[in-house]
This record gives sequence, C-alpha cells and structure tokens, in this order.
Amino acid sequence: MTIDRRRLLAGAAAVPLLGALPMRRARAQAASTIKLGVLNDASGHYRDIAGPGSLACVRQAIQDFGSRGFTVETVFADHQNRPDVGVNIARQWYDQDGVDVIIDVTTSSVALAVNGVTREKNKVFLGSTPATSDLTGAQCSPNGIQFTYDTYMLAKSTGGAMVKAGGDSWFFITADYAFGHALERDTGNFVRAAGGRVLGQVRTPFPGTTDFSSFLLQAQASRAKVIGMANAGADTINTIKQAAEFGITRRGIKLAALLMFISDVHALGLNTAQGLVCTESFYWDLNERTRALTARVLPNMPQGLRPGMGQAGCYAAALHYLKAAADMGVAQAKADGRAAVARMKAMPTDDDAFGPGSIRADGRKIHPSFLFEVKTPAESRGAWDYYKLLQTTPAEEAFRPVAEGGCPLVRS
Amino acid sequence: MDEIFGIPIPLLFGQLLLGLINGAFYAMLSLGLAIIFGLLNIINFTHGAQFMMGAFVAWMLLSLGSADAARIGLALLLLPLVVLLLDWLWLKLRLAQPIRLGLGVFVSAAWIAACFLENGGPVARALGAMFPNGLSYWWALLIGPIVVGASGVLLERLMIAQLYKLDHLYGLLLTFGVGLIIEGIFRNEFGSSGLPYRIPPELSGAWDLGFMFMPVYRGWVVLAALILCLATWLVIEKTRLGAYLRAATERAELVQAFGINVPLMITLTYGAGVALAAVGGVLAAPIYSVNPQMGVNLIIVVFAVVVIGGMGSILGSILVGFGLGVVEGLTKVFWPEASATVIFVIMAIVLLTRPAGLFGRA
Repeated sequence: MTIDRRRLLAGAAAVPLLGALPMRRARAQAASTIKLGVLNDASGHYRDIAGPGSLACVRQAIQDFGSRGFTVETVFADHQNRPDVGVNIARQWYDQDGVDVIIDVTTSSVALAVNGVTREKNKVFLGSTPATSDLTGAQCSPNGIQFTYDTYMLAKSTGGAMVKAGGDSWFFITADYAFGHALERDTGNFVRAAGGRVLGQVRTPFPGTTDFSSFLLQAQASRAKVIGMANAGADTINTIKQAAEFGITRRGIKLAALLMFISDVHALGLNTAQGLVCTESFYWDLNERTRALTARVLPNMPQGLRPGMGQAGCYAAALHYLKAAADMGVAQAKADGRAAVARMKAMPTDDDAFGPGSIRADGRKIHPSFLFEVKTPAESRGAWDYYKLLQTTPAEEAFRPVAEGGCPLVRS
Repeated sequence: MDEIFGIPIPLLFGQLLLGLINGAFYAMLSLGLAIIFGLLNIINFTHGAQFMMGAFVAWMLLSLGSADAARIGLALLLLPLVVLLLDWLWLKLRLAQPIRLGLGVFVSAAWIAACFLENGGPVARALGAMFPNGLSYWWALLIGPIVVGASGVLLERLMIAQLYKLDHLYGLLLTFGVGLIIEGIFRNEFGSSGLPYRIPPELSGAWDLGFMFMPVYRGWVVLAALILCLATWLVIEKTRLGAYLRAATERAELVQAFGINVPLMITLTYGAGVALAAVGGVLAAPIYSVNPQMGVNLIIVVFAVVVIGGMGSILGSILVGFGLGVVEGLTKVFWPEASATVIFVIMAIVLLTRPAGLFGRA
C-alpha cells in the first residue's frame, strides 16, 4: 500500500483528536475520584519494609472503606531512595497526574523533600515509613501527618529499656543521612537523660556499605556496653550478621536494633536474630484485629511477607484520609489539602492496624509502642511467629511531647 | 596504649586485616572482569548480577528440601546447562544448525513451562526429592560456578557474540541491560531483605589473635581468593592454553589460521570469567545477606579496581584489588564517611596521571 501525502496529513491531524477523547473523559471523572499515590523504595534496601507491600495495604484500605459515592484510584512509583527523584515524581503527580495524596515515602531524606513540595502545592502527605522525628518537629507542615513511628518513639522505647537493663555506655553505628542522624540524636538524648554515656559514633556511607566489620571493631574498641545501630533494612541485617560472626555479642556487648522490622528478622533467621530487642508499633500477631487485617491483605503481599509496621501504617493512613474526605466532601478535600489534614486531625482514628488513636496538632499520629524480644527457634511455634512482647508504652507517653518538638504550627 | 594519629595500634592491625579480606573479594571479581575484557574486549557489566546469582545458587542448593522458590529457581537456572549439553550432543550427531536451534528453543520452552506447573513441575520436584536436606556449602562451591558459568556461555553465544564487530559501548550497554533484568527478576521473586545463609559448620568459630577476633570463615575467604588468583594467573601466563589465549587477543585471525578454534576459546573464557564471579558469590553468601542488590554495590567498586589496575591487566587487578581493600579499610577508621568515595578519588587521580592504569599498557 502506498501512503500519499494527503492521507498522511489527515492521519497526523487525527492523532491529537484521538488523544483528547480519553483525556476529556478522565477530567469529567476526576471531580469525584480521589487519587492516592504510593511513593517508596521498590527496588533497593527498603523494598521489603515498604515497597509493593505498602501498595497492597493501601488497596486493602480502599477495599475495606467500601463505596461512599466516589471512586479511589492508586498510582505507585519508586523513588530509588533519592530525594531528587522523589521530588520530581511528587511534582509530576501533583501538577500533571491529578494525585491528591502521597502516602508512605520511605527514607527520611526523600520524605523531608516531598513534605516541602506537598506544602507548596497544598496537597496531603501521609508519611508511614520515614522515621525522622523532624517531620513533626522543626519541619512539621500543615499538609502532613506522620503515621507509624518516628526516631523519638524508637529511641525512647528501645534506648530507655537498654539503659534500664544496665547498658549505660553506648557507641553508635549510624547510616550517614537524615534518618540515621535523627535516630542517633534522639537515642543519645535518652541515654544521657537516663544517666548513661555516649562514647562515640561512626557514620557509614548510605547506600553502598556492605561490610560493617570494620565499624563493629571500632565500636568494640570503644569499650561501650551497647552498640546502637542507627540504620535500617539491609544495613541492619548485615551489621547483626557480622556482629555475630566477629563474636561481638559473645563478648557481652549488647546490640540495640533501634529500627528493625519483622521482614529483617525473617531475613536474618531466628538463629541469628534471637534475643534482639526492638520496638514496633504493629505486629501481625498482636491481637484479633491485627490478625484479621493480616489475613485479608496477605494474599496480595509480595513473596508472602507478613505486613510490617510501615505497611500497616499505610493502611491506617489511607483509611483515615478516606474517612475524612467522605466526611468533608470529596470536592473540598481535593481542593484544599490543608483543610483535609485539619479534618483528619479533628477526627479520632480507629483501624485494625493500631486500634483507636488520634492525631496531634503537630501532625503526629499517636498510638502505643511495643517493645519486643525476638524469640528463640525453640519458642517459635510457626511461620513468622517471631516476637514476644516485653513492654507496652501507652500512646500518650510513646511519642515526643508536642512542646518539645519545636513545631512552628504549635507555637503560633 | 600505643597510638598512631589517635588510633590504637591493635585497632589499626584489625582494620588492615579486614581490608585485606574485602580486598580478596575485589580481587576475585576484578580478575574475572579483567580476563573478559582482556580477551573479549567486552566490558562485562553483568558481572555483579552473576556474582549475586552465585550466592543465590548456594542458597537454593541448601534450601532444596525446604523452600519451593529454591527448587523452582534452581530448576530454571539449570536450563542453560541442559541446553548446552544437549546442543553438544546434537553437534556430535551432526544435526544441521537450524535443527539444533529449533530443538534448543523447543526444549527451553518446554522446560520453562514445566517449571510453572503446580508444585514447580517434574524437575523441581525431582530436585526436592533427591536432596531433601539440601546440598551443603562445599557442593555450592562446585555447582554454583558451573551453573552460572553455563548461563554465561549461553549469554555469550546468543547475544554478546553478535556485538564483537561493533564498538565496546554496545557490549557495555547489552551487558548492563542484561544485568538489570536479572536483578529485577530476582528482586521480584525474592524481595530485597535477603535470605538467611549460615556459615558452614566446618568453618564457623574464630581465632583470637589478641588484637582482634578473626572469624575462621574470613580467613578461608582470603585463602580461597589467593589460590584462585594465583591459579588463574598461572594458567594465563605459564601454560600453552594461556599462550593461545594471549595470542588470540593480539591477532585472532592468525591464531585461527593455525587451526585453533578461537570462537570456542572466547566463549569458554567468558564462561570462566563468569564462573569466577559465581565463586565470589558463593564465598560471599555466608557473610553478606544473600539479596538481589548484593552485586550492585560491589560491582562499581570492582570496576574502579579494574580501571586503576589497567583494563585487562590480570596482575594489576589482583594487586590493586587487595591494595584498595586495605586503603578502604584504613579510610573507615580515619574518615568513615568517605570510605565509599575514597576508591573513586584514587581512580580519578590514577586516570589523570596514568590513563592506562597502574599496570596497563598504553
């Protein structure tokens, strides 16, 4: 077949017309459609603590929320733990793709950047896996809520318990970015407040460190009783594995996993992980509601992972936002992110992940935190039966008091 | 206590030793890269993925009896080996090239389809039934390189061989892409937090050296790496096979005119380079968590090692591998934040002053 010029021109002219049709329909739909964007690390160190599991939990929340006269869509992207990539995706989502809410955002450095963009665009940012307590402190925003945990909560629960058990001198192995620094700072404060001493710290490049033996030897040489691991994911796994290899723990030095997730315990195996103490705000086998949530979402979790606290937090965040949006009207929730967040703060929360709770003025969602000890292989009665509960910190005490955070929203 | 720049001497000794251990990995991996580049002129960016595959094969062998994913994964990874063996058989039977190709495609399709049947299909089930307790670390050291090396041979025959006529850049892009695909597949199947793999009981425990606690396993890694490096160097520099290889690098046509099968030699060289990466992976499995990204961080450093040593220089990559391990170890004491960067600073300086690398020929 020969294509003459006229037909070619006609064809070229038709392309934009065709393209415009579905777009116009999308606009018409958009008025009553809420678009949730799940942004996290889908290909790196933090994939298993967030990744596609967070998306599965957000979708579960949409399903559990049911239909209330508007539709909810999800989009998903990988920020590769790079703030520049995260900011670009956030801008594109807000400016072009009609995303109303960004959920999750693993990695504190990326989360702080996305927090800024969200405020500028007057949308909503619901952080679940970023840990830095600065999100509700100096950098708190009227457009943001931090759901699951933060460095203060982890530091208070794990750090406090370790000092109480006699671990009064500390050395930190810290991932060299916003999260590691915040966790080291918050834990150090607790250790000193309880009468302990911080003997030193070493900052490890992130990402890109696989061998921690050198840092472990430095920690050992400091003669500290506790090595605080202010890192997460594969870094924590490698540190624990290599500490066992170099006999650090056999010499009576305690390891404090300041941020450890159940997927990390699974990756380590109970033989290596047994006896470690860690703090989480969610455990799949905690009570009837958490077990029910886990049973619902499990078929959609990648690689049969049990949901961790970060992913459960995404569930709670999405569910509570949808409740608030239904309450205030979809059109207004979409138009004004600040108003939507204000409504979320005004409403009490209740979900299968954390039970009843509330959101403070500084954007901190509060609920109890749990100190767990990893079971020995003999104690574990089945797949993913990993934790025994040591101690519960009630919601009012688990997080940093509003006045101490220095959040500008509260002062004014 | 005696100190150097405020660092206690025992600590410094410990760091030197640790640096040497990490250097062993750098040397082993850069050796494979150097061989491949020296003889094929291909910059093998799949090396990190192949290192990772070695570690995964070790885990799969150990978990044959306990994990479905291990059985199915191994069944799929065995496919290149099976295809190569069958192809060799068909060649002996003097089947024509198109028929061999057709049969190969058919067998592969059937094999892959079988692995997606219920319970992993016949191959996976047979593997599980034969080895209910899995195969130990020592078997992995043997089987890992063979399985991963066979996949490398197939990759060279089917894809890389098409690119020899073109610029280096095409080989680099192809191998880089293949590496990303392999890592992506493993990530989708196994997640990112990794799989547990314990140190074999024969090598667990540690020696107390006074200034530090030296795990037996790390000593074994250094020993194994030294033996491998030395053996490879001897083969290439001191044997007739090595002489052929070096001759083929200089003038492939002339060597072929003497009746030596140069394409076969090149294919096997690539396979051997890949097998070296896989050995590294098996050795790394008990130390680092076995996860799909384990090659990514290492491979960039290893490329720097090859560049500093001189592209294609075998002795250079061995010496620089160990040397940079030590430099990195010392940086971890004096300026830990810079320990991931120091190697690249050295690379930049070396490239500025000696563009062909320390041991390369300009």
